[in-house]
Amino acid sequence: MGNNITRIILGLAALITLLVLLPFIFSRYYLDLSIVFLINLILAVSFRLISTTGDFSLAHVPLMGMGAYTGALLTKNFSLPFFVTLPLAGLIATLVGLVMLYPLIRMKEFAFFIGSYAIGEALRLSWIRLSIFGGHRGISNISSPTISIPGLFTADFSEVVPYYFLTLAVTIVSLLCMYLLDRSRITEIFKAIHDEPELVKSVGVNTTGYRILAFEVGTFFAGISGVLLAHHMGHIDPHQFELTTGLYLLIWIVVGGYATFLGPIIGVTFFAVFGEWMRVFGAWMPLVYGCILVVALLFLPDGLESLPRRLSYLFNKIRDSHRTIRV
Amino acid sequence: MSLLKLKGLRKEFGGLVAVNDIDLELEEGEIRGLIGPNGSGKTTLFNLISGFLTPTTGKVIWEGQNITGKPVHRIVRKGITRTFQLTKLLKNKTALENVVIGRHLHVGIGFWGQFFGAAAMDEKMSRIKDKALGLLELIGIENVKDEPAGSLPHGYQRALNIAIALATEPKLLLLDEPTTGMNPVETDKLMQKIKMLRDERGITIFLVEHDMKAVMNNCDKITVMSFGVKIAEGSPEEVSSKEEVIEAYLGR
Repeated sequence: MGNNITRIILGLAALITLLVLLPFIFSRYYLDLSIVFLINLILAVSFRLISTTGDFSLAHVPLMGMGAYTGALLTKNFSLPFFVTLPLAGLIATLVGLVMLYPLIRMKEFAFFIGSYAIGEALRLSWIRLSIFGGHRGISNISSPTISIPGLFTADFSEVVPYYFLTLAVTIVSLLCMYLLDRSRITEIFKAIHDEPELVKSVGVNTTGYRILAFEVGTFFAGISGVLLAHHMGHIDPHQFELTTGLYLLIWIVVGGYATFLGPIIGVTFFAVFGEWMRVFGAWMPLVYGCILVVALLFLPDGLESLPRRLSYLFNKIRDSHRTIRV
Repeated sequence: MSLLKLKGLRKEFGGLVAVNDIDLELEEGEIRGLIGPNGSGKTTLFNLISGFLTPTTGKVIWEGQNITGKPVHRIVRKGITRTFQLTKLLKNKTALENVVIGRHLHVGIGFWGQFFGAAAMDEKMSRIKDKALGLLELIGIENVKDEPAGSLPHGYQRALNIAIALATEPKLLLLDEPTTGMNPVETDKLMQKIKMLRDERGITIFLVEHDMKAVMNNCDKITVMSFGVKIAEGSPEEVSSKEEVIEAYLGR
């Protein structure tokens, strides 16, 4: 167990070092992609956090959108600084999530899945109808965040390299928070609720309360990732947060795995790396994604995160069979 | 004053009356058996008492307090814990870890403490583990504490479910067919353990059971249900000689 944790920490340290060095290796184009990659990391890890209780939410992407819209509107209309809009947008997404949960928490499993789609879609369509959200065209010219302490210094994040580092910092802090939660006893209970809801209820756990907690924490970080996206794109509209995006999110999670904290990280990384290579397929991309999903479901039902375990199992089997032959 | 009092408790599912105006009183420290043919509403009655279902009408009075319709976790906190007819365990967790989950209410560490009070948490957890181990010993299955619960033999799994329920420190334990699928020797052993819980820990026991011998030998008092109605109540001798009871089981 201790060994395992050391390995995870070493792995993360290596990953962070690599991410810090990226701007010195990559061109602007790849750096843009890296920013999206980091945003997707927060999104996928927070999605998986909610799923530990067994609630797979299709409202996750619309709630990310809620964060994006809040961040954009607060920046444009009130010119609030980034470090105010970022947590505030997370909180607003959390509040909207709480309203959604009022009917949603009464649903379970497939009903929850499909119900979360309906409610998420209602939220998304409200952006088209309500003029404050800019309708179909959304919100444009979202300025880059600046951080300034009057008279001391001003940091400008309009260039891609500084913005990359800002995104990286937010991503690391977000992932660290979610990792601490993942290691805590709370997540033990989340998972137990997933496995045996009635047993857990019968020993006095407020299962509804814990499901709300998982959903709300996950939603907060979805909102955070939304703000990062809004500033990165400089423009947001309702179509960015359509079901398709939610489906891609599901594919990342399924291919990467969701049993452990690393699963979604592996999934997002896999598609970030291979997604670029897959560009040659052009319009056939969704088909390739689908094929990867089917292959993963058939041969790696527990996701890429289970690959080392599977390989070592196979390796041992082959070695054992050789031994038997020799004897 | 009786520990638990049911007043005209009724549950309807659509047109079906599963529990039909049941009145019942449970004294502290008794072992009460609940018997009746399949589908007579015994498990539904347990679900109503433990809060898993809300009654259509009627009241559940616990220590003089109305707890009707309260959520399960509040009722557990007051001292009523139930087990299930079907074994429910965290199959990938060890027997000990399963009991630790049952201690949820007694961890007593704040929300932030779970993140930042690592040292305090470790100490608390080790005490909780000791307590959980003690419960496994009490119920006589400490030899399998590190086995995954899913791979235990059936009898051990049933016993483990009782240990988990005990971890909540109940005053009243609702056991839904604790000896299902056990052979006579196992049944006898488990019933002895249940008696010991009452004698040594003062836990009141209310149990649904199909094994007539086990019920007759171990219960102080027996309640009989048929088609949602309470048709008899009394000592094992009284109940077994009642005409309605024989009729309910054997038909006219």
